[in-house]
Amino acid sequence: MTQLHPVALKVNGIPYKREVESRLLLSDFLRHELGLTGTHVGCEHGVCGACTILFDGQSMRSCLIFAVQANGHSIMTVEGLASSHSGRPEEGLHPLQQAFWEAHGLQCGYCTPGILMTMIPFLEQNPSPTEDEIRHALSGNLCRCTGYQHIVDAVKLAAEKMR
Amino acid sequence: MKPAPFDYHVPDSLEKALDLLHEYGDQAKLLAGGQSLVPAMNFRVVQPSILIDLNRVGELGYIREEDSVLRIGAMTRERQLEFDPLIPRWSPLLEEAMPHVAHPQIRNRGTLGGSLANADPAAELPVIMLALGARLKARSASDERWIDAQDFFSGMFTTDLAPDEILVEIELPANPPRTGWSFMEVAPRAGDYALMGVAALVTLDENGVCRQARLVYLNAGDGPVDANDAAAILKGQVPGDDVIESAADSASQTEINPFGNVHTSPEFQRHLANVLTKKALKQAVKRASEDNLQ
Repeated sequence: MTQLHPVALKVNGIPYKREVESRLLLSDFLRHELGLTGTHVGCEHGVCGACTILFDGQSMRSCLIFAVQANGHSIMTVEGLASSHSGRPEEGLHPLQQAFWEAHGLQCGYCTPGILMTMIPFLEQNPSPTEDEIRHALSGNLCRCTGYQHIVDAVKLAAEKMR
Repeated sequence: MKPAPFDYHVPDSLEKALDLLHEYGDQAKLLAGGQSLVPAMNFRVVQPSILIDLNRVGELGYIREEDSVLRIGAMTRERQLEFDPLIPRWSPLLEEAMPHVAHPQIRNRGTLGGSLANADPAAELPVIMLALGARLKARSASDERWIDAQDFFSGMFTTDLAPDEILVEIELPANPPRTGWSFMEVAPRAGDYALMGVAALVTLDENGVCRQARLVYLNAGDGPVDANDAAAILKGQVPGDDVIESAADSASQTEINPFGNVHTSPEFQRHLANVLTKKALKQAVKRASEDNLQ
């Protein structure tokens, strides 16, 4: 029997306690233990960026972190984005999400949560990015539908909304 | 695509980590940022029976000036190297290379020591450390020693570290005055593994004669490749176009040994090395002449 390790962490501001196998990836923990299926799993080897979450406020790939390593840390997933803005998710989308809606920044939507979670700290650190900077910041997120142009447009629009 | 089971240890001090490694030796793998190890575990290419997580060993994360060197703790995140104000002052070459090290999400988690101990021939940081003449400090439960970067990288994903040693610190020397630098690479997308890349350092004297040069290549052999002959061509010369061309020919034709991969042939890698060397040397020489360093 594999040993279980206690994990106590906050996800989107809510404290959770679980016991996990050491080999459980944070991405699978979020999806299967907590039911937060907004974090998508694409490649599981750190290339596609679909599983990007915020780990203590910094964007990281949740498929390259073990759940046990998140003990004591604070995670934010796409589910927490709307309420992180207004405190009340029923009041509507985060301006970044709204910008993706308005600028058609997604088609199938599989890559979108990872892109949103990558862009949150990027726009906080860089409120008026150039197109080059946006494209560089997006380089770790693969999208197979859009050709990226509308994603870049959406990030530009979001930057305006968030300034 | 899920790792095989393993026993997990998470020491909160270096001493405890060293004791664990002493106990388990080559059964155990050290987990730093995990940005190369965890993918390999997900693929089950690597199946350690024991993982020792260094992420709670806070004492290994620092960047500080001391006497005439810069000391960097092995668990310093790549993101900190990218943004710490000491880095451009001590090593503009490292500063220039950092945005090329994978993607922001990877740099937020990945560590300097992890990248060096992983010794991927396509990685930027081993190349930079070799170019800068860094020294690396290894600790075991009973001993400590310093290893020159050129002795540290011993082959493909292989280092001089013994199974019971942890890389704990990287020491960067100050550059001499009138040292110019350049890092350039060609990658299919920003942040991807580069097809070819070069770090160049050139030190000039008051008359513009090259006193010291170093050219180190990534993805050009089974480790970071130090083109000594090309450096010797530059030394003692005023590095004009002809000299630079000879150095680039030497490095790209005879000193590197690229293997090619799904994206590129060895011939194209040699072509890239030639072009990048000329561009990088010209930039380094220009910067050395301007004496941008303090």
